[in-house]
Amino acid sequence: MAKGGGAVSAPVLPPLPLASFQAAIEFIFTPQSSNVTGGAKVGGLEQVLELTLTQLEVTFLALALALAVALPIGLYLGHRGVGEALAIGLGNAGRAIPELALIAFMAAAIGVGLLNVTIALAILGIPPLLTNAFVGIRQVDRASVDAARGMGMSELEVLAKVEVPLAVPTLMTGVRTATINIVATATIAPLAGVLTLGDFIINRNVYGDDGVLAGAILVALLALALELSLAGLQRALTSKGLKVSTA
Amino acid sequence: MRTTSNRMRAAAALLLTLLLSLGVVACGSDDEDTTSGSEGGEAGAIVSNPENGDVTLTVGSKNFTEQIVLGEVYAQALEAAGYKVKKQLNLGSETVARQAVKSGQISGYPEYASTALTSFFEVEPEEVPADATEAYEDAKADFEEEGLTAFPPTPFASANAVGTLKTTAEERELETVSDLEGQSEEMTLYGSPECRQRIDCLAGLEQYYDLKFKKFVPVDIGLRYTVLDNGQADLSILFTTDAQLAAEEDKYVILEDDKEVFPAGNVIWVTTPDVVEEAGPDYEATITQVQEGLTLKVMQELDARVELEKEPAAKVAAEYLESAGYTG
Repeated sequence: MAKGGGAVSAPVLPPLPLASFQAAIEFIFTPQSSNVTGGAKVGGLEQVLELTLTQLEVTFLALALALAVALPIGLYLGHRGVGEALAIGLGNAGRAIPELALIAFMAAAIGVGLLNVTIALAILGIPPLLTNAFVGIRQVDRASVDAARGMGMSELEVLAKVEVPLAVPTLMTGVRTATINIVATATIAPLAGVLTLGDFIINRNVYGDDGVLAGAILVALLALALELSLAGLQRALTSKGLKVSTA
Repeated sequence: MRTTSNRMRAAAALLLTLLLSLGVVACGSDDEDTTSGSEGGEAGAIVSNPENGDVTLTVGSKNFTEQIVLGEVYAQALEAAGYKVKKQLNLGSETVARQAVKSGQISGYPEYASTALTSFFEVEPEEVPADATEAYEDAKADFEEEGLTAFPPTPFASANAVGTLKTTAEERELETVSDLEGQSEEMTLYGSPECRQRIDCLAGLEQYYDLKFKKFVPVDIGLRYTVLDNGQADLSILFTTDAQLAAEEDKYVILEDDKEVFPAGNVIWVTTPDVVEEAGPDYEATITQVQEGLTLKVMQELDARVELEKEPAAKVAAEYLESAGYTG
């Protein structure tokens, strides 16, 4: 803009990160006032716990649904060594589905609410589960599989006793990826009738910047906690699997 | 093995096609046939002043349909008055837009007086004056304290409103929000996630109307009509300038806010004194002149054409200017 020497006001500097963090932590533990609620306080431990529980609830429901759909298909295709295009192609295509559009699309058919959110998030979890199940089973040493067959194992036994145990690290990587995707994306659930921690992040007008940051911190912590627990689970499962394969 | 593999591949291709078509449907629009064409105003044409040719104005707007339409209307009017005009539409929220005016990145942008008062100047929603001029004066005084200024308001005002299907309203004999008394306990209300705690939304309905709802469900504002259409919501929080209200007059109704919980916001042009000084008297004159024809009905219709019929905002704005007699 051609402007004739008028004073340009200095840009407002963002507050110190440390101070913002302190305010966000305070928001997590103590209810704060908000200028749009007519005096009612927002935030605080009680609300944080409530929203965290819902966030975990939808995460687990969606993960369970995704596992129920993706594992049988991935294991079957991997075992038979067919359908690579489906397992990898659909897996990759699935990652590109816009969640919000999916929720809106399903809203017209089944409405909004827990079912809608669970399905939308499960669809997000299916690609990594499917791809990793397929790849995990495919990469198992063919010699071990042939040996198992030679010992007279049925196809189901080959899958359950040889292939799956040896594929545990890859399978679990899929589970971890799916879980992180789901728990992080569950923040959009308040846009479809389910109040998760995303409520803090979406409603800056109500919770202020402190609430937004608090929401982000909480979701990050939750994702980290889930990731660590699953890593522990993977270690436990893997050692057992190795014992089977070396036996 | 070979045939199985081919079959799998065919199945995969089919699934992919399905997925893709699903995406297309999700992105598609409902092309509803509605009558369009703005009502003509009586205001005179905007006269181009050659002196304005040395001044470049950058018109800003926030990031939703109505704002973009308004941005186009103001930009084209200023252009008709002889200014060189650049556009920075779709900037983001009011926080971003205000910062852009302050830093000189844009010359001005349209803001709702009620939003300015509640969002920038910490006025409680119930204290926002119902009178448009009064709200404008308040907002202008607050803007001046931070080195900005504002031009007088548009005829139309945008506000939240409790909406429902016409059939529901007739069945339950609803005309005002107060009529919900005694019935709200068996009705579900859907609104944006932030509505839940806002005093100018659900919290206000509970507090001032003393209403309790069967359930409040937060949804994306883009779904505010979907939830009414699919029968999930008995009531939904709508905006008075919504395109759908103009397009389907006998489908949706708005319940009159008889206790004034939802502050109405007329649009005011936010700018800086420096720009006003540089641009001269035609700047304010053009802005106030071109918005004279923007009544609620006209604004709804302009919004409808962009949002529902997917016409370009620039074209819709140009046709408004022409049919209202501002341009040639």
